[in-house]
Amino acid sequence: MPTMNLLQAVNVGLREAMRSDDRVVLLGEDIGRRGGVFGATEGLSKEFGAERVIDTPLTECGIVGSAIGMALYGLRPIPEIQFLDFIYPAFDQIVSEMAKYRYRSGGQYTCPMVLRAPAGGGIKGGHYHSQSSEAYFAHTPGLVVLMPATPFDAKGLLASAIQGEDPVIFLEPKRLYRAAKGEVPEERYTVPIGKARVAREGKNVTLVAWGAMVPVCEEAAGQAAEKGIDCEVIDLRSIVPLDAETILASVAKTGRAVIVHEAPKTGGFGAEISALIAEKAIEYLEAPIARVAGFDTPFPYTLEHIYMPDTRRVGKAIEGVINF
Amino acid sequence: MAHSSRAPSATSPRQHQRERLLWLYRAMLRMRMAEEKVAELYPQQEMRCPVHLHVGQEAVSAGVCANLTPEDRIFGSHRSHGPYLAFGGNLGAFFAELYGKAAGCCRGRGGSMHLLDRPAGYWGSSAIVGGTIPIAVGTALEAVYHRKNSVSVVFFGDGAADEGILYESLSYAGLKKLPVLFVCENNQYATNSHQRARQALDNISERGPVFGVPGVRVDGNSVLAVYEVARESVRRARMSGGPTLLECDTYRWKGHVGPVGDIPMGYRTQQELDGWVARCPLRQFEQMVFAEGVLKQSDLDGVKQGLAREIDEAVAFAKASPFPDPAEMTA
Repeated sequence: MPTMNLLQAVNVGLREAMRSDDRVVLLGEDIGRRGGVFGATEGLSKEFGAERVIDTPLTECGIVGSAIGMALYGLRPIPEIQFLDFIYPAFDQIVSEMAKYRYRSGGQYTCPMVLRAPAGGGIKGGHYHSQSSEAYFAHTPGLVVLMPATPFDAKGLLASAIQGEDPVIFLEPKRLYRAAKGEVPEERYTVPIGKARVAREGKNVTLVAWGAMVPVCEEAAGQAAEKGIDCEVIDLRSIVPLDAETILASVAKTGRAVIVHEAPKTGGFGAEISALIAEKAIEYLEAPIARVAGFDTPFPYTLEHIYMPDTRRVGKAIEGVINF
Repeated sequence: MAHSSRAPSATSPRQHQRERLLWLYRAMLRMRMAEEKVAELYPQQEMRCPVHLHVGQEAVSAGVCANLTPEDRIFGSHRSHGPYLAFGGNLGAFFAELYGKAAGCCRGRGGSMHLLDRPAGYWGSSAIVGGTIPIAVGTALEAVYHRKNSVSVVFFGDGAADEGILYESLSYAGLKKLPVLFVCENNQYATNSHQRARQALDNISERGPVFGVPGVRVDGNSVLAVYEVARESVRRARMSGGPTLLECDTYRWKGHVGPVGDIPMGYRTQQELDGWVARCPLRQFEQMVFAEGVLKQSDLDGVKQGLAREIDEAVAFAKASPFPDPAEMTA
């Protein structure tokens, strides 16, 4: 089985989907000849031509809107937004049209498309190349929101997303593009949407994370183990639909929950998970639920390393719930 | 290079087949009578969604849609009963949708501003001003990809010409030479603001050529003028000649929203309205075909009687239909 990084897994997943299904077309800024600014679509224009790997003008709203039109008429478009931070001009199309088509047409249409975007911080990109805005999309009924943390999941979730009937926001943690490496089967496989991955089993504390915060939690769990604290790490992978069952079963076992995400704390998706645990598993809790998150400020450039949760902050939260 | 132009006056109705003339008249009258029925029934308080009527603007939808086939794609805006009804939309499903009934074209989920009807080829209207414009561009990309001969038509108002997405979409469609017909129904008002209070210049059709999209301005109350200019645009689009921006000058008789007029609000004058009512697209058409002797009063009366029956049946059907099951809400 070949070993590859997360970016290569996305690239391989796209190529495989395009080879097996001629309804799959890609569109976005600089994705053709250039192969995308990160290289996620590298080589695809050469293999599939400009008709299936469409370089668009710089119109995020137009990219998403036109992908919707293609999806309505039976294609499986995969638009790329160059950075998740650039998605806001397309917000109207995503929230008002893409998410609602199936519902408001009474099921006459589906809108099968996968909107890919590199997300999150860690590359010193500053305000507009670093944000994690998954909560906005999770708050919009009609969307599936995915964020893989491993190359295996990136390829498998992408395959599931492409074959589904509903629109998917597919967030790729750019910090892990090259940092996350792992074995990826050459053959086609799918990773189910709506099913979390238990990245590490443990008995004392449940850590819930997604994207680039998963390896941070795994490392923090390793450090906690040296102090005799046994942490379970849950990688959500699928933010919507949420695998409540896996989270609740883990909290029932450990009695302690620490939720870790990059986005600002207020209104972050961690709040939803915290509410879920409080509503459904409060009787198991040995300590208040803890959240480790970004700050309620714009994303900073120089102080990025302070803004983003790291093993030190996660470790402190673990000790906090243990020593409560 | 793309240019903008003003469309010539329509040719004589003698240049058109009798069937075509009857089709155009019937399409306009279908919209007019259906919307007048909406206005008549609205005070009963059973139809509860906001309604944005386009009485007075019927020639635009009729003239454009007369050039289309069921393989073409139609998109509209919040004021878009017209394209739906002109393109063969089902009157029963239309009224049922306005009444919020399960038999509505969207199962009662949308109401007047959000009509969608796949069998009728009406792939979407949206109350977000300009919202359907990029989607229409995407359907044209699909048509090109699948080597279909379909044309995508999106109807929007002069209000959408305030929005950036129109220009992004013109640029995109112009660059890729896509088979899109951008139809601006310029009725001069967005809600209660005149175009000159919102835009520096009265030149929407001239904004196409800067993106490589020819622009044509046409008398939107002359159904034959619209028909002829749309015929040329559609023909060009089908021959891979790219998109056209069509600006149709017209006027809405009713208020921005609701079944009645709004002159007392004070933002426009009775005199202005009277001037446009005198240019009623239906009456102009009748006068012209009578003067040219191509259709008789009895021809048009036959159309009218048939539509009156069709509309009465549609209303009865809609009223008798059940509301959606509450379990539908999360289905």
